[in-house]
Amino acid sequence: MQKKVVITVVGKDTVGIIARVCTVLSGHGINILDISQTIVSGFFNMMMITDISKSDLSFDEMQDILSETGKEIGVDIRAQREEIFDMMHRI
Amino acid sequence: MITQGEVLETNRMIEEENLDVRTITIGIDLLDCIDPDPDNTCDRIYEKVTHTAEKLVATADEIERRYGIPIVNKRVSVTPISIIGSAGCHIANDFVKIARTLDRAAKTLGIDFIGGYSALVSKSMTEADELLIRSIPEALYITDLVCSSVNAGSTKTGLNMDAVRLLGTMIKDTAGATKDRGSIGCAKLVIFCNAPDDNPFMAGAFHGVTEGNSVINVGVSGPGVMRHALESVRGADFETLCETIKKTAFKITRVGQLVAKEASKELHIPFGIIDLSLAPTPAIGDSVADILCEMGLEYAGAPGTTAALALLNDQVKKGGIMASSSVGGLSGAFIPVSEDRGMIEAVNAGALSLEKLEAMTCVCSVGLDMIAIPGDTPASTISGIIADELAIGMINQKTTAVRIIPAAGKKVGDKVEFGGLLGEAPVMSVNQFSCENFISRKGRIPAPVHSFKN
Repeated sequence: MQKKVVITVVGKDTVGIIARVCTVLSGHGINILDISQTIVSGFFNMMMITDISKSDLSFDEMQDILSETGKEIGVDIRAQREEIFDMMHRI
Repeated sequence: MITQGEVLETNRMIEEENLDVRTITIGIDLLDCIDPDPDNTCDRIYEKVTHTAEKLVATADEIERRYGIPIVNKRVSVTPISIIGSAGCHIANDFVKIARTLDRAAKTLGIDFIGGYSALVSKSMTEADELLIRSIPEALYITDLVCSSVNAGSTKTGLNMDAVRLLGTMIKDTAGATKDRGSIGCAKLVIFCNAPDDNPFMAGAFHGVTEGNSVINVGVSGPGVMRHALESVRGADFETLCETIKKTAFKITRVGQLVAKEASKELHIPFGIIDLSLAPTPAIGDSVADILCEMGLEYAGAPGTTAALALLNDQVKKGGIMASSSVGGLSGAFIPVSEDRGMIEAVNAGALSLEKLEAMTCVCSVGLDMIAIPGDTPASTISGIIADELAIGMINQKTTAVRIIPAAGKKVGDKVEFGGLLGEAPVMSVNQFSCENFISRKGRIPAPVHSFKN
């Protein structure tokens, strides 16, 4: 069964943000189901829906690693379980 | 699949508009802790509370992390202690021992508050009830996390005026006992009419005797989210206004429902209710008064405030009810003064008086809440204020309550600071005319005619 996690990346736009995040995800067996990205007034804004059911990381570990990666490239990366968005926006 | 816009909207609510879950409250039944020896009662209470809620804080932290939604308070409510102590407590100090035990258990658990140092005396008081009420000033003086409440009236029973009279004095005594801390004891004492059994909010939470062994009740928040949503419908007609409130309340409540269900699953404790109340905090933008202003009032308290609040309260319920499988508790808009920056500003601007607040409580939960009044206010006047507020609840078949702070040594224009979620309160003026002869009458105000429905 899929275990969906929504990853959001917000910060100043630079080259290679998506590449860096995707490298981390693929390195830990995290599958990307959907991805969308926009630039809002110079700020990079990305959302990914991922499946972590086959990952070697627990949710907490994944959060920590992504948070560290975010610090390294100067953006804010959050990971949240998908249910909160489903509950709020779907009846 | 969820869209980027929806994800951004949710995260904006959390990061910029103070969306949070105000509290996860575990209600714990203590009837099996009753013992003729008060020390045994205390031991059993400590054991049961610390065992049942052992994982509350860790679980709340885990859920917070999983969904990125702050869970501000973790709390426990227990069966009214006047019942639990009835077999063993023969002097007020025996009850104080239980208060100390509750405080110790709360500190062991690392929770924010423990409620249920309470008595249900809507018709009359047992000896134990009266002893507990008389022990409240001392109990709130020596403890940090214990909250106390007294149900002194209901639509079915009328108002217990003997309790109302006694409570006026106890509130003064509590203020005096905690004088060096801004009379903070009174911020942890609520007098109710029609108190609900499943309220997760403090200071009035207790685990009703109609409840099961343990239960999880969740209180949501979200005034900032509501205000922001209404910014987008400035000048629109009432239908649009109401639709916007309902949709926003739905979204806020769904988050509460998710958190409640998760907590229930992880803690193996049944889910009770979601309390739909919009609960403000002293944080900028997290204000119910600001919502009223966004609806078109210059300040909370201006003419039109009661109507605006009635509309808000009703639409929040209509939106929230569908979002949760079970709604209960107080479920209204809270209008505490000290905990709401917009309310404080309204008082300071001269827009909001005690009398207007009383009128506002006719249309919203819960009542006169976190209001500081001069320390030299007579006990009979405090009892009169309580009686007025409880009469509103009794006649309108709704919960009303009074949490009032006669701030020792303070006068109108002064300020009392409590800190944290309790905020700071401007000392408000009180009608100077006496109700002494009315309050000194013995007995009770009978139940209203519309209570005879059988």
